[in-house]
Amino acid sequence: MASPPTNIKVLLAKLGLDGHDRGIKVIARAMRDAGMEVVYMGMRVTPDQVAQTALQEDVDVVGISILSGAHMRLIPRLTKALQEREILDDVLVMVGGTIPEDDVEPLQKMGVQGVFPVGSFTTLMTEFITANVSRGRSAPQV
Amino acid sequence: MADGMKEQPKRSLSGLDVKPVYTPDDLAGTDFARDLGQPGEFPFTRGPYPNMYLGRLWTRRQIAGFGTAQATNERYRFLLDHGQNGISTDFDHPTLTGYDSDHELAEGEVGRLGVAIDSVRDMDDLFLDIPLDKVSVSLTINHPAIVLLGMFLSVSEQRGVDWSKLRGTVQNDSLKEFHGQKTFALGPGPSLKLTTDIVEFCTKHVPNWYTISISGYHIRECGSDAVQELAFTIAQGMAYVESALERGLPVDSFAPRLSFFFGCHNDVFEEVAKYRAARRMWARIMKDRYKASKPESMRLRFHTQTLGSTLMRQDPQNNIARGTLQALAAVLGGTQSLHVSGYDEAFDIPSEEAMRMSLATQLILSHESGVTNTVDPLAGSYFVESLTNEIEEAAWGYISKIEEMGSGEYPIKSGMLSAIDTGYIEREIARSAYEYQLRIESGEQVVVGLNQYQSEGAQKLELFQFDPEEEEWQKGRLAETRGGRSPADVKSALSSLKQAAVDDKNLMPTVLEAVGALATEGEMLDTMRDVYGEYVDPGVF
Repeated sequence: MASPPTNIKVLLAKLGLDGHDRGIKVIARAMRDAGMEVVYMGMRVTPDQVAQTALQEDVDVVGISILSGAHMRLIPRLTKALQEREILDDVLVMVGGTIPEDDVEPLQKMGVQGVFPVGSFTTLMTEFITANVSRGRSAPQV
Repeated sequence: MADGMKEQPKRSLSGLDVKPVYTPDDLAGTDFARDLGQPGEFPFTRGPYPNMYLGRLWTRRQIAGFGTAQATNERYRFLLDHGQNGISTDFDHPTLTGYDSDHELAEGEVGRLGVAIDSVRDMDDLFLDIPLDKVSVSLTINHPAIVLLGMFLSVSEQRGVDWSKLRGTVQNDSLKEFHGQKTFALGPGPSLKLTTDIVEFCTKHVPNWYTISISGYHIRECGSDAVQELAFTIAQGMAYVESALERGLPVDSFAPRLSFFFGCHNDVFEEVAKYRAARRMWARIMKDRYKASKPESMRLRFHTQTLGSTLMRQDPQNNIARGTLQALAAVLGGTQSLHVSGYDEAFDIPSEEAMRMSLATQLILSHESGVTNTVDPLAGSYFVESLTNEIEEAAWGYISKIEEMGSGEYPIKSGMLSAIDTGYIEREIARSAYEYQLRIESGEQVVVGLNQYQSEGAQKLELFQFDPEEEEWQKGRLAETRGGRSPADVKSALSSLKQAAVDDKNLMPTVLEAVGALATEGEMLDTMRDVYGEYVDPGVF
């Protein structure tokens, strides 16, 4: 087993116009408290903006929260945008929100590794990240 | 374990200490005549009206909106046929944030969580065959409120309904958008100006309209506790009063048309105390601080929505019990109207079946529970009165802090703008939301079915079925609207709107002109964004 990764960097964002940001802010705090570096882009960003930021910031995880029901429209655009930048295989893509059971498998087929419906514990998410982020990041040079 | 639990001091959901037993000693400082009074009398702690539900039951107002205006109009008529007596509109995110249905960011959200409105034509469809002079309508819209209200007024005018006969509400609570709901379009200053434009315009031309529904509901859904919900809502209300006073409106001319909107969580007595404290605080603020003289300016009336965020995916039918408890608390607290959230809300917007259940919950409370037989039944309870005092005191702590952030003749108004700019309110709420989540995850806060008493095997619900074709239909409708109007008229109306914004005039007259020229909501909001700038989420957490 690989040694636990350090300095995990997480990019969080909300796609579209959806204003339900309570969950993602709770998650942002939980991940920060778990020792991860969190970049929160806020609301109303496009899939392309997320993918571009993921590339520039060299993140390990992309976490998207959608409670507008638009996930089946927006997530394919996100995974495509990540694919175009050739980073879909390097980042762990997680999606949370009001995601019906029936949409989980199609989302996984698009390249989403973790789906976390509303009510999911933050500990479940941080454990999922530490178990699935494979590469250890080198400590920042001082 | 049972023995161990006895040792634990109890706390309310918002963290206030709760003693095992309350006695008259807990109310030693309370003067019942001064602090409670009679129902319908200052300080209105016991309710805004002397006879409360004995005179008239609360309005059963289930919010609804999805897809196209036609689809929502059908739901309204279904609800009116099933015991509802007021309409509450839920707009989709593009409408709430002031974008047309064909905007890039609107993809997948057109008509998804509410009804899509692009122009006055859609507004007309929304209220097809609904008598606007008889059914009270609540328009749940904030930063673009002036545009949507303009469309509604225009439809009324076309149907020959005099504006003085309209007795609905527009939410128009722009300040809470920055820390609750988050469907902002403009910055705090300009959006407060538009809120005040509506107050000013309606005071003169739509006299029976409720001009602001000062909202704590969304703050609570964002994870605040009950004290923060109360404090920030009252502070918002004070900021609106100060803004209208600054505009030169006499306090008694507009204050009677302000109303409130709160959420309701599971802690029954804390919620009741919150509502009672809210009435007493508002009455004293209006009388002592803003020198109101009409009782109507002092008595706080409110709508309640049971909180969607308390509803779980696990064992969703348990949510019917949660909705019932919350609705009971709202009624014991003296609400004027009520929405019980659908038990399937953790999955999607409610199905027709869930809304039928919510209305039934209200009807059972009204007609079977007996709780409406006497006014303010919990008055005099050592516990409830004591909790009412404590919540009030704790809320004043926040309001004083906000006042300290302000200055000048209108310190709450400037203090709120500053508290929003610095992210103070947002961080306070985010902290509470996080602490609550940690309490659930540690098991300290039991949520049945989620972290304890989980049941085997999931129930499968019949959920709301969204028709994805409606987005395309709506875009087609928008294109048709754009094609069938006079471009010169639209251009001229939008340029008048822009000039009015630049000149800092009340925007309603020019909005009405633009509505009449079939300008779209997005075009009008773009015009305002051009002048005032667009607000971008600072991403505070």
